[in-house]
Amino acid sequence: MKTLVITESDESDIRLGSLSAIAFAQSLPEAQLDTLCVADVFGENPTADSHAAVIAAAVNQKSYELVVAAATTYAKDVVARAAGLCGGSMASDVISHRFDGDQLLLDRPMFAGAVTATVTLSSIPRFITVRASAYNPVERSIVDNLNSLDTESLDVDYSDVPCAHWKSLASRASHRPDVTEAKIVVSGGRAFKSTEDFERLVGGLADGLGGAAGSSRALVDAGITPNDLQVGQTGKIVAPDIYIALGISGAVQHLAGMKNSKTIIAVNTDPDAPIFSVADFGLVGDVYEVVPQLIAELNG
Amino acid sequence: MKILVTCKRVPDTDQKIHVKEDGGGIDDSNLAYVLNPFDAIAVEEALRIREEYQTNDEIQIVAVGVGVADYESELRTALAMGADRAILVESTAIMDPWTVANTIAAVVARESPDLVLMGKQAVDDDANQTGQFLAALLQWPQATFASNIRFGGLGLQVARETDQGIEEIEVPLPAVVTADLRLNEPRYASLPSILKARKKEIEIIAHADLQVDADPKLEVLSMKSEISQRSCVMLDNVNSLIEIIRP
Repeated sequence: MKTLVITESDESDIRLGSLSAIAFAQSLPEAQLDTLCVADVFGENPTADSHAAVIAAAVNQKSYELVVAAATTYAKDVVARAAGLCGGSMASDVISHRFDGDQLLLDRPMFAGAVTATVTLSSIPRFITVRASAYNPVERSIVDNLNSLDTESLDVDYSDVPCAHWKSLASRASHRPDVTEAKIVVSGGRAFKSTEDFERLVGGLADGLGGAAGSSRALVDAGITPNDLQVGQTGKIVAPDIYIALGISGAVQHLAGMKNSKTIIAVNTDPDAPIFSVADFGLVGDVYEVVPQLIAELNG
Repeated sequence: MKILVTCKRVPDTDQKIHVKEDGGGIDDSNLAYVLNPFDAIAVEEALRIREEYQTNDEIQIVAVGVGVADYESELRTALAMGADRAILVESTAIMDPWTVANTIAAVVARESPDLVLMGKQAVDDDANQTGQFLAALLQWPQATFASNIRFGGLGLQVARETDQGIEEIEVPLPAVVTADLRLNEPRYASLPSILKARKKEIEIIAHADLQVDADPKLEVLSMKSEISQRSCVMLDNVNSLIEIIRP
């Protein structure tokens, strides 16, 4: 199957999610993979309008049957538009797949993860975004052996492309890994009253464990944490080895973003909080008392 | 100026969703439905744009739904919030984001709006595709996952929520903009406006009359419920917790 994997890079290195997208693509029979990092070849105006035009031109001129990407905000924006330019055959956020004869069956979550649907795509080219946490990433060294699409030979007609203009990206400077790329994620919820408290307790515990700091929606809404820390149905989906939920009650929308973590630990003052229903280990307690003890133990 | 706002009817998120025994779909026998929460944010944003920017040039807000006759209820919600009128493209067919986007594109061709505002995703299928498909079909610029919209520059200045932080883009009109969570907090309709909304016009168009030439591309073969298999071991003290998390 002639496949184009749309990758993303972080400064110079390919993102972990893209390595998961490559893993999915390589698992398909007779896989012939090319990769394309659109930002690397078309960096000046990184909007969905222009990037999707490049992907659509590649699909049409090189006859790709399948386009794959990790289900990031970039792919949700750009790859979905490219699919719309190429016939609208797209499945988002795929978590597993198998074959029924020649038919590719794709499993994807619906209703904030309460339901898993098995779907098929009837027409080619197919566009599939995969949930990065559901596919083990390939080794970075594999990427060097993959063919990177030669965009010089592409004929992209920009006269048809509408002209949204990129202005800026307010990216938080953080020494911590992204929640989607860390083996340990420590997340804070409504119990934290300020950015300082979050940083000291959630950030402090994350640093002690060498992990990432995440957040429930409530703290982002309150302006205590930035949006890119949000774990949940509409934020980031994570499945680390250890997920520590601090002062998070466990709304279904939050659970949708973390319930496939390998080990889940919850600390909450309310013994009936729904977070305990998806946790492996629970402690009833106040995060303002529990977390300083944990940090002191780890540092001591 | 005219703003088209899309309205999807979805099961209320406060309920447990159960799959039918044969896996053929969700059990909808006792479900309450609401306007998709992200679409409610889109309606609210259209109202705020009208409140802030309306001058002598009237800003008209048109709510659009695509689906069964019961959609009237969610369109009435949008009208009660303050939309001027509503259009229901009535169909009992099973639709996917592609057929819905093509249908809305046909409505756009009839209505010629300057801006289409939509929720970034519907909380039933969680596909997050229809807005992007629509923008592609119309060859309009798109601004997805908007957390702030202002008029200015080329048309709209939109702040977008991305995995890396907040991105600012400038979008000429006409455009498709999809609403993220933090764009606004939708208002509740007052009783008088709910009563008034009952008298507002809902134009019903048979889907066949729009002559939309698009077949579904995504077929749902089966569904199953996801139930947590975990049982939680409750710990007595912080020391036991340290033993578990210590690297």
